[in-house]
Amino acid sequence: MSERWIKAAPWLWTLGLFLIWEGSVRAFDIEVFILPAPTDIWAAIVKYWTPIWTNSLQTLMTTTIGFVMAVVGGLALGLAIGWSRAIYAGLYPLMIGFNSIPKVAVVPILVIWFGIGTVPAVLTAFLIAFFPIVVNVATGLATIEPEMEDVLRALGAKKMDIMLKVGIPRSMPYFFGSLKIAITLAFVGSVISETVAANSGIGHMMLAAQSQFNVPLVWAGLVALAVLGIVMYAAMAWLEMRMTGWAHRSGQR
Amino acid sequence: MTGFVDLRDVQLAYSGHGTETLALDGLTMAVNRGEFAAVVGPSGCGKSTLMKLATGLIRPQAGTVEVAAREVDGPVSIAGMAFQNPSMLPWRTTLQNVMLPLEIVQPHRKRLGRERAAYTQLAEELLSVVGLAGFGAKYPWQLSGGMQQRANLCRALIHDPELLMLDEPFGALDAFTREELWQVMRDLHAEKGFTTILVTHDLREAVFLADRVFVMSARPGRIIVEHEISFPRPRPIDLTYEAGFNDIVHELRGHIAEARAAA
Repeated sequence: MSERWIKAAPWLWTLGLFLIWEGSVRAFDIEVFILPAPTDIWAAIVKYWTPIWTNSLQTLMTTTIGFVMAVVGGLALGLAIGWSRAIYAGLYPLMIGFNSIPKVAVVPILVIWFGIGTVPAVLTAFLIAFFPIVVNVATGLATIEPEMEDVLRALGAKKMDIMLKVGIPRSMPYFFGSLKIAITLAFVGSVISETVAANSGIGHMMLAAQSQFNVPLVWAGLVALAVLGIVMYAAMAWLEMRMTGWAHRSGQR
Repeated sequence: MTGFVDLRDVQLAYSGHGTETLALDGLTMAVNRGEFAAVVGPSGCGKSTLMKLATGLIRPQAGTVEVAAREVDGPVSIAGMAFQNPSMLPWRTTLQNVMLPLEIVQPHRKRLGRERAAYTQLAEELLSVVGLAGFGAKYPWQLSGGMQQRANLCRALIHDPELLMLDEPFGALDAFTREELWQVMRDLHAEKGFTTILVTHDLREAVFLADRVFVMSARPGRIIVEHEISFPRPRPIDLTYEAGFNDIVHELRGHIAEARAAA
């Protein structure tokens, strides 16, 4: 019984949120351009289904490409940082400094280089999703047990052996965990870029709707982003479970 | 006479934060081939440093370290090591964990691909010697602490090392499991005849297992007493409750108390 309630909980809570929302908007008679009710948003989704769908696909594409680049680059740099203390000492301050820069401030530079459109969105997604992956992979490598390292080194293991047999497998739960953070950040990155400089994508669609005071469509864009985010997050969580189930072993004895 | 493991006038200091800490100073000890040596001493006396020296993980600043009549100038690779923390890899089964050294040490590393079946059988035999028959397919986190430590011993021994280095391997176990594992260790040593250096805080453990017990001083560590343990082998576990046994434990305890007081 309780198991079934837990399964149903995400749906029930979401439904509850929308019900309170709808009720409040009606009870306080809030204007639609301040806060549209869920039914207004739903009507906008139905009415503008085609543009929402095509713009969602555009955003999904830029996000996914940027995310994949971040995975490849982040994994490589994380391994390099975990491998060599010299690389770590040299790159880490630079990376922290770079990560502190608001990515919205970088978009104009990207536009100067690549023009308006898909490329700045992809690169912004990449830049914002990259950092948590690097940090997590490097952390995984840094947490090799010293005893384990001694056991292997006493056997004559080279650094590469220790990396392959212990370091990389050990950092995989951290890596797959970071993908869940990185994918949602990648959405933030591409939408930021689309709102500043693009001709398509959910961010661009919301900006256009805003300038026409089509507030329900702005909110429909937010809902589309939330749905995409949840779907991609779930995909990453599933991947994590598949690849590093051994790290999530509570109750499996 | 030189031993199989031979440390002469070894000095070792750790430097860090601008200060030097002398861990070992003027340490001399020799362990014969096939002998079971135990090293006891007050905590922080540099026992673990001794382990790293003998396996070539670190080099002394002064003095010489020889293993098998060769000066140690890098990892010796004829040694197996086991620590208090079993440090099994959770993504490998127990059998795969035990076979890990074979993927590192030559000539096994080269042969493992072709002769995997033979090696697997070897590992399974070793697991059954320590009482883990049938547990090879389990993951380490499915095993109890005592069972993990048994698997840890197997991993230290799978490549048939001539030298076994143990750093308080039974320290975290309950009293009954510990006594069981003493007997496992006793039988393994009797059967395979490797040279063993056991670093421990437990004097009963040292006296039960060892041919000779070395007592270290407080930091900087050196050997202050060497005590031959002449109980005939195989030693039954009941020996540990006899008066003669307890006299030796008591005497060693006195030496350590003195070493602590001198610090």
